[in-house]
Amino acid sequence: MDATPQRAPRPLGLLAELTHRCPLGCPYCSNPLALDGRANELDTETWARVFHEAAALGVLQVHLSGGEPGARRDLVEITKAAHDAGLYTNLITSAVGITAATLAKLSDAGLDHVQISIQDSEPGSADHIAGYKGAYARKAALAAEVVRHKLPLTVNAVMHRANIEHIDAMVALALKLGAKRVEIAHVQYYGWALKNRAQLMPTREQVECAVKTVEALRERHHGAIVIDAVVPDYYARFPKACVGGWGRRSLNVTPSGKVLPCHAAESIPELTFWNVREHALADIWDNSPAFLAFRGTDWMQEPCRTCPKREQDFGGCRCQAFALTGDARAADPVCHLSPHHALVGELAEIREDAAYDYRG
Amino acid sequence: MTDARTISPDAKPKLPRGVRLTHNEAQGGWVLLAPERVFKAGGPAAEIVKRCTGEASVSEIVDDLAKTFNAPRERIMTDVTAMLAGLADKQLMDL
Repeated sequence: MDATPQRAPRPLGLLAELTHRCPLGCPYCSNPLALDGRANELDTETWARVFHEAAALGVLQVHLSGGEPGARRDLVEITKAAHDAGLYTNLITSAVGITAATLAKLSDAGLDHVQISIQDSEPGSADHIAGYKGAYARKAALAAEVVRHKLPLTVNAVMHRANIEHIDAMVALALKLGAKRVEIAHVQYYGWALKNRAQLMPTREQVECAVKTVEALRERHHGAIVIDAVVPDYYARFPKACVGGWGRRSLNVTPSGKVLPCHAAESIPELTFWNVREHALADIWDNSPAFLAFRGTDWMQEPCRTCPKREQDFGGCRCQAFALTGDARAADPVCHLSPHHALVGELAEIREDAAYDYRG
Repeated sequence: MTDARTISPDAKPKLPRGVRLTHNEAQGGWVLLAPERVFKAGGPAAEIVKRCTGEASVSEIVDDLAKTFNAPRERIMTDVTAMLAGLADKQLMDL
């Protein structure tokens, strides 16, 4: 046996949740049900320190997200600090709260890329899903500003039962807005989305049609726009390699400074998270209990432990395993080898056309 | 579906805004940073991308590489045009 302790892999990306505040109320929001308040948010200087520590740790890209990052009055200073630390800066925004003047300042501060979420291809439905009247128009306006500054634009389209048949129109809209990339992101059921699962869940027929549509669109628009798709995993046979493997490629800092291996990790009650207010980022990455809990393969049970795909999908998503089986060490039940796999199919059959429970 | 892209020897390739080549020790060398993506740029790839400044033509880049690495021009032309076409398709290079 090799006695040399194996060094943890180095992370590539940092998701900086600058705030949980957001003007929109999307019913599939990835933020936790218990949102951090403004009073607990990290200040500008702390974020700047975190970015420098992240760059030293090997992080290449920072995703400035939230909530709506535009709700932070110091967003330009924060962006500049990330750029000065040598990081590639990616703004993930709803577009509501980022004015043309702010975008110009962000562009000057070294912003590298902008991702704008759009809730549907048609304004009425888009505003209904976002729970905010006039959101669609503001998104289109900011997209035009992004293109005017020659910044690359990604349109993020979260798909669910109400809009999954509009993928064609969403990609057409992304092209019209001048996006170079579009993300077709099927809802993942954590946080608010888990609460709204019955209202959001697409049918199997819709999902099969969506997969074919994406393939056809990729072929049709090859070279004009990059189409990335996140598969809807309740209908899958194999689980996703969630965040590229626990504590392997990315980390997430919450508005109040807790460092998580993935944005939903707080849903697993047994985990202990360290905070950037008390620990250096490298120490947290290498030694904090939450990162050590499911890093590598030692924590696995059967059928994962001896599975030939264990180093590819890492047993799937820990948060989903916990949410659906009550055991965070179980195989993600999306996997057809999981003893709980039938449950996923049963849950996907529960669909209800009730009003959304909008996030607070 | 568009046909395979042809690259003119007179084209002056340039990384678009939002795509950057950077050297990072912790990640083991040259990497190309792009929207939500990171590509390892091993030896020859980094040498090509470094020269895509919008000033030099494809032809000049190939001449420079052939001279610097003392390699046959024709083979380098094939490698460079294949790589530039691949990057352009991914929106990672302006031609």
